[in-house]
Amino acid sequence: MERMIEQIPRFFSAQNLTLLLEAAGLTLAMTLVGCLIGFGLAFVLVFLRQTPGLWALPLRWICIAYVEVFRRIPFIVVIYLVLFFIQAVTPDASLFTIAVIAICLYAVAYTADIIRGGIESVPRTQVEAAEAMNLSRLQTQLKIVLPQAWPVIVPPAIAFAVSFIKDTALVSQVGVFELTFRGKELNNQGYSGILVFGTIALCYFLLSFPLSLLGQYLEKRLGTPRGQRRARKIWRT
Amino acid sequence: MAHLAVNDVRAKYGALEVLKGISFSIEKGEIAALVGPSGSGKSTVLRALMGLTPVTGGHVALAGDQLDYSNAKSVRAARDRMAIVFQQYNLFQNMTVMQNLTLAPLKIKRWPRAEVESEARRLLGLVGLGDKADAYSDQLSGGQQQRVALARALALKPQILLLDEVTSALDPELVNEVLDAVGKLAAEGMTMIIVSHEMAFVREVADKVIFMDGGQIVESGEPAALFDSPRTDRARDFFSKILRH
Ligand SMILES: Nc1ncnc2c1ncn2[C@@H]1O[C@H](COP(=O)(O)OP(=O)(O)OP(=O)(O)O)[C@@H](O)[C@H]1O
Ligand SMILES: [Mg+2]
Repeated sequence: MERMIEQIPRFFSAQNLTLLLEAAGLTLAMTLVGCLIGFGLAFVLVFLRQTPGLWALPLRWICIAYVEVFRRIPFIVVIYLVLFFIQAVTPDASLFTIAVIAICLYAVAYTADIIRGGIESVPRTQVEAAEAMNLSRLQTQLKIVLPQAWPVIVPPAIAFAVSFIKDTALVSQVGVFELTFRGKELNNQGYSGILVFGTIALCYFLLSFPLSLLGQYLEKRLGTPRGQRRARKIWRT
Repeated sequence: MAHLAVNDVRAKYGALEVLKGISFSIEKGEIAALVGPSGSGKSTVLRALMGLTPVTGGHVALAGDQLDYSNAKSVRAARDRMAIVFQQYNLFQNMTVMQNLTLAPLKIKRWPRAEVESEARRLLGLVGLGDKADAYSDQLSGGQQQRVALARALALKPQILLLDEVTSALDPELVNEVLDAVGKLAAEGMTMIIVSHEMAFVREVADKVIFMDGGQIVESGEPAALFDSPRTDRARDFFSKILRH
């Protein structure tokens, strides 16, 4: 304990703080980029999954299989799979790229169900009204369904991304210089584990808490009819 | 030649055949009313014409052109020329009244914006909602929403307008405002197929009444003849119940 207190001034040196700040930035960047791309791809997946017609049956199966399989693989295994696969294809890919791809693959599987739930919450009659006017399936989704599905999709999607911030700690296993990795490094340099990981814990909290608040705010805002009307104005394209 | 000729049309929901060979025709400017007990298939006739319920047999000809409902292009042609108004209005919840009216004319018909917008304003005026262009549907009463739905269908300039029980979801005091709007269209010579339980209204505007039961047309004819002296027992039974009050 005394050792720890005595270490404090040295631990919070400019150099260490910069290191931690960079690591926090990396953690946030990985999560946001991975989740955003994953979120976008999840829309494509859900759209493909709903392709009507017999010829599209294999396509629908692939989409369903993807979601079901990835939801049952531990994230750390996905990371290693991506690591070895990417390194086999392009040996000079950066670890950051590999981490983002792993996060992205995982986020697709989880947010696809969130998006599907949102889309299914829009009454079928809205789609019929659009069909009867000759709107195409894509036009119907973009102009009618998604704008109404947003209030249902956005809060859980943000909640997913927020909880994923902490799960990205696992990519330290493959050597990405994110928060947990730097923590282990500082600990190895002889700093007290309690001090180091206490600080790291605080960093994770500071990263996710504002995002959680944003999620809660949106949930409340989108929840009331008036809020939904406002949301429509915000999201309308 | 009839404007719309429906010949032996069949439709199924899964294994259940709900239209068992429907045949009727209407001329340009005519108004046909589909009446009959609940579950008799009235809505399904309109949905089948719009390609919303799969047609499993029979023929439909619109202005002399055969429509093949198993062919996507043909379904598009049907939807291009006919418009439907649903019982529950089905206005797009994420759009203003104006956007509801202009979406398909702009994106699908690709008509010029200035023209589309001024026509939309004219139609809103016609249904008595000139001041509601920027409202969202949850800011409108049921009767107002239904009149918007009517204007939205008219904005597509359909050759035939299909109305499915456009007043049955409304409170009694709102029924007349919608019927008045439909009456105006009738006076303008709009070709329409209407499903309605408002028998007094049907008697007033319809040229032809088609009585359905169990997925078939039991009897059809001019309103006065059918209402006052039906030839079949089933029609007599139905009208005696519904016309009593
Ligand atoms: N989506 C559906 N799936 C299965 N069966 C259906 C579906 N929609 C309607 N039906 C059945 O088809 C038959 C005809 O229904 P339809 O809605 O055309 O009747 P309707 O004459 O319009 O009745 P109502 O006056 O109650 O509106 C009914 O027996 C109904 O149960
Ligand atoms: Mg019906």
